[in-house]
Amino acid sequence: MSLTTAHSVVAPSANSKRIAGAIIIAYALISIVPLLWIFATSFKTPPDSIAYPPKIVFQPSIEGYCNLFTTRTRQTPEYINSLGPATGFCDETVRKRNMVIAGPSNFLPRFLNSLIIAFGSTFCAVFLGTLSAYGFSRFKVPLADDLLFFILSTRFMPPIAVAIPIYLMYRELGLSDTALGMILLYTAVNVSLAVWLLKGFIDEIPREYEEAAMIDGYTRLQAFWRTVLPQATTGIAATAIFCLIFAWNEYAFAALLTSGTAQTAPPFIPTIIGEGGQDWPAVAAGTTIFLVPILVFTILLRKQLLRGITFGAVRK
Amino acid sequence: MAEIRVQHLRKAFGDFVAVQDSNFLVEDGEFFVMLGPSGCGKTTTLRMIAGLELPTGGQILLGGEDVTMLRARERDIAFVFQLFALYPHMNVRKNIGFPLLAQGMPSAEIRARVEETAKLLRIDHLLNKSVSGLAGGDRQRVALGRAIVRRPKCFLMDEPLGTLDTEFRDLMVHELRELHNRIHATTVYVTHDQMEAMSMADKIAVMNHGVIEQFGTPREIYDRPATMFVADFIGSPSMNFLGFGGGLAKGAKEIVVQGAKVAVPEVREDIAPADMALGIRPEHIRFDDTSKLRGAIYGTEYLGTTQIVAVETADGIIKARVPAEIRLNAGDHVGLALNSARLSLFDKGSGRAVRTAVHDTASQGRAQHG
Repeated sequence: MSLTTAHSVVAPSANSKRIAGAIIIAYALISIVPLLWIFATSFKTPPDSIAYPPKIVFQPSIEGYCNLFTTRTRQTPEYINSLGPATGFCDETVRKRNMVIAGPSNFLPRFLNSLIIAFGSTFCAVFLGTLSAYGFSRFKVPLADDLLFFILSTRFMPPIAVAIPIYLMYRELGLSDTALGMILLYTAVNVSLAVWLLKGFIDEIPREYEEAAMIDGYTRLQAFWRTVLPQATTGIAATAIFCLIFAWNEYAFAALLTSGTAQTAPPFIPTIIGEGGQDWPAVAAGTTIFLVPILVFTILLRKQLLRGITFGAVRK
Repeated sequence: MAEIRVQHLRKAFGDFVAVQDSNFLVEDGEFFVMLGPSGCGKTTTLRMIAGLELPTGGQILLGGEDVTMLRARERDIAFVFQLFALYPHMNVRKNIGFPLLAQGMPSAEIRARVEETAKLLRIDHLLNKSVSGLAGGDRQRVALGRAIVRRPKCFLMDEPLGTLDTEFRDLMVHELRELHNRIHATTVYVTHDQMEAMSMADKIAVMNHGVIEQFGTPREIYDRPATMFVADFIGSPSMNFLGFGGGLAKGAKEIVVQGAKVAVPEVREDIAPADMALGIRPEHIRFDDTSKLRGAIYGTEYLGTTQIVAVETADGIIKARVPAEIRLNAGDHVGLALNSARLSLFDKGSGRAVRTAVHDTASQGRAQHG
């Protein structure tokens, strides 16, 4: 090993920087192009969306979004002509296809279900995870190692492996197709991750902080609230993102256990395609909107997320 | 402020006994130092006084009140941690005011008290700074501020200077003692550094293996060590031990070490024949060619005002602190004269000091244990 090689480990050469840059750009393209394609498709008209060769340049339209949020019925041209003037852009677009708007679609309620279930289960998992992690970190819990191993072991198999028993249990308990049932399920799946991740973060916070606070006149709970929590925010945020991403994207259980009132967006979006031909723009529109919350949340907490991923690699 | 009385205090973690049967009294306004190597039980004792650990047995009385089983927050004490435990999400002002907030004090009063405290510690210009940007000494002052702002019954400090640079440490030793002289707060200070202990303490307890080996003023501990451990632990270089055999009779004034007769302070008790040791501090040894106690110079350590000379004798190396002017060469044969008034005798088996005339004036006896 020459000295220059050793040196290059510390300061990357211009060449290796260029290669690294090229790899990152190539990877970014591979990752981002499908998203851009979905985004573009959501603004195409249905004929444009299935045009061959695919159209890169096209006349943007919000027909996809109109179709996403409405249900429509096909009518004769005579009937459509007998109606008064169109009440809005969507109305007008739809009439051109010999259809009239029959009412709102289920997308909005399904999207709201997703929000409630994903954020609800994330809150529960992080709340329970923080308290258990604090307990494991600070107190002598009998059989602590075994309990922690048990908690970890709940992640040894893919959750979907227990889909059938859960389906049967939920049917008996009346939890099928309820938001509560889905929140409980996602919390159960995420809480093990939350406990382990947060225990690592809380272990890093010296217990002197709470001890100082308790000597200074605070109860343990107050000390926890005022000294441990503020310092655990990074860990809590990172954990919350991981839990949220899982709950938000989860498809299999949602498809199995929800069909109506509690259905989330992931199983709903594919069903759009069946309503009135292959309506790719509407599907793309639904997907685009579905991506927004997680995108915003991730951008807001990106620093914490990075800290969560590199957790343990960097000492304070 | 209050006195702290510790009676038969004991703490066991499973099979490991961290503190066994400690007894001592810290008088009101006294600066008390617990000194010992790591793992000797000094921090555990401190944490029990604080209420962060509950004792396995014994009692802790704070100002006459039994607080043994009280929660930390009910004891009205302040604690300075080794790593200061300053809350990184609060600025200096909020850190110092944090204990007052717990008492539900109105914010105007908190403000006034915090500023008064900061002035006392000369950190009033730092009040609105974040604690993470502070230098070691200033962090220490903020931690002290958080302790004194509440005017608690006593202060407990767990190696508060342990992480500071030597330079800062000397400064803070001085400042701490000065602060103590001004506010006269009963203080229990834990350290493994004998210099800190000697320079700050009114009273010192030297601990080893969970036992208080000696309790007394710095002078008593240095001049009349109660055990060989204390004699060895205090002083740099530490006390020399010269082995000798045979018993001691009450009234004896002379012993024989390595064939040389050595005058000793009058022995006050009878000792059955056993392995004994004579303890002498390096500064109480002088070179005297007429002495029968002889050795060869092994090496010297020049310190400017004095020098430490290692002399190889029949019973191993003996270190002497002699004036720096004396010219010495390795291998030179020298005679060693011991200052009889300043030496100690020990029973090697138990490590206990033999009672001699030097103990006659002792105001404070050994800590009682066992």
